[in-house]
Amino acid sequence: MLDQTDRKYASHPTATPPRTNGNGHNVRVDHLLVAEMVAPGSRVLDVGCGDGELLRLLETRGVDGRGIEISREGVNASVAKGLAVVQGDADTDLVDYPDDAFDYVIMSQTIQATRHPRLVLEHMLRIGSHGIVSIPNFGHWSIRLGLLFGGRMPRTKNLPNTWYDTQNIHFCTIKDFSDLCKEIGAKMERVEAVNFWGKRLRLPAPWWFWNLFGEQAVFLLSRGKKRG
Amino acid sequence: MANVELKTSRDVAARLREAESPHSLVARFGLDQPLKLDAGLDLAPFQIAYQTYGTLNAAKSNAVLVCHALTGDQHVHNVHPVTGKKGWWDIMIGPGKPIDTDRYFVICSNVIGGCMGSTGPASVDPLSGEYYGLNFPVITVRDMVRAQAMLIDRLGIDTLFAVVGGSMGGMQVLQWAASFPQRVFAAMPIACATRHSAQNIAFHEVGRQAVMADPDWRGGKYLLEGTNPRRGLSVARMAAHITYLSDAALHRKFGRRFQDRSNPTFSFDADFEVESYLRYQGSSFVERFDPNSYLYLTRAMDYFDLAADYDGILANAWRGTKTRFCVVSFTSDWLFPTSESRATVHALNAAAARVSFAEIVTDKGHDAFLLDEPELFAIVRGFLGSAGIARGLVK
Repeated sequence: MLDQTDRKYASHPTATPPRTNGNGHNVRVDHLLVAEMVAPGSRVLDVGCGDGELLRLLETRGVDGRGIEISREGVNASVAKGLAVVQGDADTDLVDYPDDAFDYVIMSQTIQATRHPRLVLEHMLRIGSHGIVSIPNFGHWSIRLGLLFGGRMPRTKNLPNTWYDTQNIHFCTIKDFSDLCKEIGAKMERVEAVNFWGKRLRLPAPWWFWNLFGEQAVFLLSRGKKRG
Repeated sequence: MANVELKTSRDVAARLREAESPHSLVARFGLDQPLKLDAGLDLAPFQIAYQTYGTLNAAKSNAVLVCHALTGDQHVHNVHPVTGKKGWWDIMIGPGKPIDTDRYFVICSNVIGGCMGSTGPASVDPLSGEYYGLNFPVITVRDMVRAQAMLIDRLGIDTLFAVVGGSMGGMQVLQWAASFPQRVFAAMPIACATRHSAQNIAFHEVGRQAVMADPDWRGGKYLLEGTNPRRGLSVARMAAHITYLSDAALHRKFGRRFQDRSNPTFSFDADFEVESYLRYQGSSFVERFDPNSYLYLTRAMDYFDLAADYDGILANAWRGTKTRFCVVSFTSDWLFPTSESRATVHALNAAAARVSFAEIVTDKGHDAFLLDEPELFAIVRGFLGSAGIARGLVK
């Protein structure tokens, strides 16, 4: 049985622990990174919005936000907060949204839990002029070491579930994800990575460095000139 | 008018009194202000009975219209004048409740075709001096909404802060948002659909046939002839009531328990608690509801098909809307299952509307929207609260 806290985070495919900002308010590091990439006053769709904390953060910055969430608990918690969130599945429901309905479509730690990440990504960039994707990086040194020496599928504080229990069915590394972006013709406008301690990697580092030391990465994408 | 009171029993007399001069506020519309009906007729004169709670603010921006379901009425938060019971949504509406009368001005009107004071088949046709009966024109959900809009005009309100309702009330909410998008700031359709399903039409037809099969129905002229098709309407109510519950809820409430006896009587008495309960539901319903009204209102629901008015494309009903929507369904509602609400949400998404959608886990069936569902209360409170901030009702 999940206890109350676990249930709250169960709506997130990964369970990044919250950190406290200056106001004593718990804000996830990847949420702050995402929020920084969103222009104030824009229209945003948060796919896999969990209990709506990112949307709430965005709305304090004058963003018109909508959300989709697969878990009923997450949806009802979001709606009770007054957020425009619907119960739905990224794999099946994005197709109902019209082209160019949003300025940004966000998937915060969610894309690895979809059945068809490529299709989902393509829909994101159809519905929104920009996409923002944050991923847990499976190329992180701790995961590499875990597999190398432990000989088992790695479990970390952000990815705590066993292989048979996890909702994260399509893991990738930072390199893998950037390959996918290239393949579908998405333009990577900005990429940020944070390390094990939630600190941003500030160096203009080469990809291999990020891929090894970035625990999470956030990609700001836009449509390429001509799509496939 | 004088001869209409003859031969009516006391309970029917109480009902007729409410139909003609209700314990409610009444808005009267003369021959110069007809209600344009979908059937192609003008209804005039006509009246709308309504109740209000709370205070309309100076900007007239805090009005919440509550739309009632098939057998509901305007008495949403006061003691019912016929049954003496408290309002049907007393649990939701009042000071400090989710629809907070300290904050909002709540309006609830009896639908056109109803029998609690708005013009319907139990009203007297002023032109002929006789009860309308089956001479009353067939009305639609859109007609109900059109009539409500005339009432809102009369009250001097331009834009409703919110329109809220469940079941047939939810259909009215969806219709309001489609017909008068600029007059609805927030819309909350609960446990409803944009069209009545074949199964639901079928259940309604069973109910109507039960009424019409009662010899006391007299071809719809029972008021004139001083009869009351109470058995027919009672059976209709019993059948319908089953559809408002769920197998699990019936089992939890009654199981196979006997009523005041330990053994079966080997007769057709109400041996089981569930039978006794249904009989009570049926007989108490006929005290307060006009049988012809039941025919008309079920018909209005049957005819409801919002997409049909928009070339079959549901999203077109709300294209370009600025209204905020919050759609709610219940897991055990098999009359208006979640799939129906989901279809509504898909269309709203396709129309790029601002929409929230929550499905609430309950075993109480369709009627859950009327019952103590804390999650529903939290959602209504949260949705209206945030809409209130956007509307400038709260700082």
